[in-house]
Parts: sequence; C-alpha cells; structure tokens
Amino acid sequence: MDVGLIFKIAGIGILVSVLNIVLKQAGKEEQGQMLTLVGVVIVLMMVIQLINQLFHNIRSVFGF
Amino acid sequence: MEIIRIVGIGLIAATLIVIMRQQKPEMAIYLSLAAGIIIFTLVLSRISDMIDIFQDLASKANVNMLYLGIVLKILGITYITEFGVQICKDAGESAVASKIEFAGKVFILVLAIPLLGAIFDYVVKLIP
Repeated sequence: MDVGLIFKIAGIGILVSVLNIVLKQAGKEEQGQMLTLVGVVIVLMMVIQLINQLFHNIRSVFGF
Repeated sequence: MEIIRIVGIGLIAATLIVIMRQQKPEMAIYLSLAAGIIIFTLVLSRISDMIDIFQDLASKANVNMLYLGIVLKILGITYITEFGVQICKDAGESAVASKIEFAGKVFILVLAIPLLGAIFDYVVKLIP
C-alpha cells in the first residue's frame, strides 16, 4: 500500500478549497460548486479502487 | 518495525483530516476512508500469516476444516462490518451504520446455523 494516496487526496482537497475561495471572491459561485463536484468525483474514483482492493484482499484472506 | 509505520500514517492522516474538515468535510471522509484502508491492508498480511498457522494447527488436531472456515468467515464479516460502521458513524450517518451492523449480525447468524444443526445432531445421538 502506498501512503502517497493520502497525500494525493489531501492535496486535491486543499487545491479545491483554495480555488473555491478564489472563485467565490470573483463572484462565480456556480463554477465553484462545479469545481467541488469534480474534486469529489476524482477523489471518489481513487478511493473506489482502494475499496475494491480491500474487498478483494479480505475475500482472499478469510476465504469467502 | 511495522507498528511505527502504522502510527505515523495514522498521525499524518489525522492531521490532514483536521485541516480538511473545516474547509471540505466530504474530502475529510474520503481521507479517513483511505487511511483506514491502508492501515487495514498493512495489518491484513499479518492476519493472513496467523490464519495459516491456525489452519496448520487445526489440521494437526483433526478439527473439521468446515468449522474453521465458518469461524474465519465470521471473523471477516466482523472486521468488514466494523469498518463500514465506523466510516458511516464518522460521516454522521448513524442510521445507515446501525443498518450495516444489523446486516452483519444477520449474516453471522446465517453462517452459524450449520453449527447449531451439528450441535442438535450430537444431542439427538446422546439422548437414546
């Protein structure tokens, strides 16, 4: 398992929140919402692969 | 030492989650999920070694492998259910968490029913 994934997710989160603040200051609330949605979807894709791996591991270890 | 690595991952993840929670709570949940999965996977290889030893012992002691398989399956269900419940509770959805817990209990009961049948068979053999 790579710990880099935690840093990746945290980096995406910080980037999205900073860009969100900038967009909010520029008065573009809708684009900020879209940005948040895109960030969540990207992170979700990464986490879903991780969950799949976990379920596969548990299935092989505990003999389901 | 593996434990130092795990504690380090946990502390780093906790720090990042606390930073994230103020700005984007949904990202904080993904972070805690990822950290939990990484730590669990690190521990899982050790559990796998332990299970191999248990299977070896059971085959030496002539225990029916079917029963050990049931015990292992129940152990796996418990671990994965607890994982899901904790994540859901962290996300503030205790209703979903209690449903997952209920489902885990039901599936454990379903797996344990063959053992109950075996016990009844023994009792019936003993009675006459």
